[in-house]
Amino acid sequence: MDRQTVESSSAIFQLELKGVTKQYPGCLANDKVDLSISAGEIHALLGENGAGKSTLMKMIYGVTRPDAGEIFWQGKLAAIKDPSTARKMGIGMVFQHFSLFETLTVTENIALALGDDAGDLKQLAERISIVSKQYGMELNPHRYIHSLSVGERQRVEIVRCLVQEIQLLILDEPTSVLTPQEVDRLFVTLRQLSADGCSILFISHKLKEVQALCHSATILRAGKVTGDCIPAEAGATKMAQMMVGDDTPISSNYPKSAGTAPFLIVKDLNQTSEDPFGARLKGINFSVRSGEILGIAGVAGNGQEELLGALSGEHLASSAEQVSFQTKQVGLLGPRKRRELGLAFVPEERLGRGAVPEMSFEDNTLLTGFLQGLVSKGFINQTKTEQYAKKIITDYNVKTPSHKTAAQSLSGGNLQKFIIGREILQNPKLLVAAHPTWGVDIGAATAIHKALIELRDRGAAILVVSEDIDELFLISDRLGAICDGELSPTKATAETSIEEVGRWMTGVFDKPQAVSESDTQKMAI
Amino acid sequence: MIKLEPRGEASRTMSYYSPLLAGFLTLITGGIFFSFLGHEPLHALSVFLISPVSDVYGIAELCVKAAPIMLCAIGLSVAFKAQVWNIGAEGQLLMGGLSASAVALQLIEIDAVWVLPLVLLSGMLGGGLWGLLAAWLRNRFNANEILTTIMFNYIALYFLLYFVHGSLKDPQGYGFPESALFGDSAVLPILIEDTRLHIGILFATFAVVASWVFISRSFLGFQIKVLGLDSNAAKLSGFKHKRLVVLVMIISGALAGLAGAGEVTGPIGQLIPSISPGYGYAAIIVAFLGRLHPLGIFFASLLMALIYMGGELAQIELNVPLAVTSLFQGMLLFYLLACDVFINFKIKFLTSNTATEIV
Repeated sequence: MDRQTVESSSAIFQLELKGVTKQYPGCLANDKVDLSISAGEIHALLGENGAGKSTLMKMIYGVTRPDAGEIFWQGKLAAIKDPSTARKMGIGMVFQHFSLFETLTVTENIALALGDDAGDLKQLAERISIVSKQYGMELNPHRYIHSLSVGERQRVEIVRCLVQEIQLLILDEPTSVLTPQEVDRLFVTLRQLSADGCSILFISHKLKEVQALCHSATILRAGKVTGDCIPAEAGATKMAQMMVGDDTPISSNYPKSAGTAPFLIVKDLNQTSEDPFGARLKGINFSVRSGEILGIAGVAGNGQEELLGALSGEHLASSAEQVSFQTKQVGLLGPRKRRELGLAFVPEERLGRGAVPEMSFEDNTLLTGFLQGLVSKGFINQTKTEQYAKKIITDYNVKTPSHKTAAQSLSGGNLQKFIIGREILQNPKLLVAAHPTWGVDIGAATAIHKALIELRDRGAAILVVSEDIDELFLISDRLGAICDGELSPTKATAETSIEEVGRWMTGVFDKPQAVSESDTQKMAI
Repeated sequence: MIKLEPRGEASRTMSYYSPLLAGFLTLITGGIFFSFLGHEPLHALSVFLISPVSDVYGIAELCVKAAPIMLCAIGLSVAFKAQVWNIGAEGQLLMGGLSASAVALQLIEIDAVWVLPLVLLSGMLGGGLWGLLAAWLRNRFNANEILTTIMFNYIALYFLLYFVHGSLKDPQGYGFPESALFGDSAVLPILIEDTRLHIGILFATFAVVASWVFISRSFLGFQIKVLGLDSNAAKLSGFKHKRLVVLVMIISGALAGLAGAGEVTGPIGQLIPSISPGYGYAAIIVAFLGRLHPLGIFFASLLMALIYMGGELAQIELNVPLAVTSLFQGMLLFYLLACDVFINFKIKFLTSNTATEIV
């Protein structure tokens, strides 16, 4: 379906927003946003994190109400006062974070969401089977949620919307939790829904997906609509520029590197998780060479956190030789000792682990920078700490009013640039970074990628764990994937493909052995 | 209709105004309370809050009472900064008083300059070890320190009663549960003639300054703050959680112990069953009223001491029960907690029919 047919087939739009504005304390989240979707149209809402996409769809779904502007539903002015009104009108929404009860079955969860409309559970279960088959989303209504994968859980959420009469389905970043293969299957379902006349509002920041799936797109930047386009016709570069503005450089390709001798060596690492729903690490074997970036892909919750905790020293290994820095066995050493041996670490949670939210940048510099001569005889050297903080801020282009500003008052991108800068300025021999550009704007992401590549070229070993497979292909020299606590073999980025890594993410691989990992041996000689 | 709306970020101004507002509301409620009891409210409040400090003796007494409160509260603030909720300053104070007394009574005949420091140090040791016990239980068994320290308060009290009725009782005391009077060398020197003002207030003032430097300038103080604000960040940076818990419990126990030692070697001069009218509990209120900041605690301790004195004077002059002291303490804490809501929230008035919002 192209733009022409969309327009001609719909004198009345399914949904139309006119001048919708929402003000939050200190932030204009949406500024006179116009948007229209026809019946059966797959419409992308593109924008970076913080552009106002979430606020907009929350207003459509009745979670919050606009301060100004009008929402028309099938040509009529509508006051959507809460989500149940929206559901009655025929609007369904799949949130990024699912709201499912682990200990209940698929049917029970859907019945809970439907409330009084659920009716008889047996009939509902039948309807669930029929609807899920009809749209190619195999789902057993009697299974318990805790036994389902993330992709299957998302299907539950979608089916929950479909068992009702639905005319508009809103999906918030639906692909961020899926493997590439699951993404393809989701798109089949969505295209079928669209052919049946259901409109879809697809919220994303991934240009490739939008180009593959969507009929039309509205692009938001800083709360304002910066343009409408037909994704298949508009170039990716043009859309990206509309998202980030003209002055922001966008990542290009980086030269790959083979590295030298292994620095980080992990051997037969087994670990149980402290979290009852966490993953157990099963015989993890890999190494990271000095001067290379190893990327580890995987869907969230497959053991990444446990692996990162074992590397940072927050969770000690069961024996010293399981984790080594070159020849030094560090498995039983805590975070501080490992830092003394050259480790730097960028955690997934920027606020509340990487930085103390209430503390200033200066204090947060000290948080991990205390080994850089900022402390003498037990007392903080204020001048040196201030200089160090200022150096991070200027070197890494952190946009902040001052080094005394509290970490929590900054955007994710700026804070991440600060944390990465703080870790890199310590001249680490090994940098472990978890989701380094998650939730970060493209400008900051590019800066972070460049900083990582630069550190690699200075000879540091870098491990990047990320859910963003495009990012991993962009910056990694070698790739692997983690699934259910097991690590796939690793391959040079040029020798693998998105499809192969996607298969690894679903657990289809032969586990590498500690001794027989060929490149470790080769490089060690 | 009134609605509370979250502020974007915590209001710094409000966090300073809140204690002042709480003090003001306490005064008003106190005035209403006195007028219901048949007293002219302004007169009653002036008896309660102004007459106690209208002469030098009164001010000296104020400092005598403020010293132990200040010491306890400073110690508590260090623990609270690390989010270690030590409610046991009272018990640590009692153990400090008991240990100091035990040493002082052994040295009753000795006249030397080292006696007093030794007595005070043993008081700090007694309080510090009492605090350490709770830290150990928390680290070893994950026992909640709020519960253990409260229970240790009672254990400490009965320990003290056991000794004051037993081995530390004055043999020539006609069976009264009191120890002998300490020797002159184990008694704190007096600062102003004809008052009870002893050098304990200097210890307290020193603790205020030292804790200020410790928390804001030392790396250990920084680690304590990080642990309290964000224990995950502390863990990732390799700060030793358990050691820090031990450290803050020893610091706060030792300062409370010093307060106890200061009481028995200062205004009391012997070990008696009631060495503290709840200074350790009052210090909790003081620590929060002073925003866990040394300077704030300094002033809040003086206010709390004034409430203690006012309660005694009101009992004499207005014939109201001594419970008025606890009442004022309670009101102050109550209003403080209520006012603290406005640090993170602001009030919004909604007109009922249109539900339009007026800020």
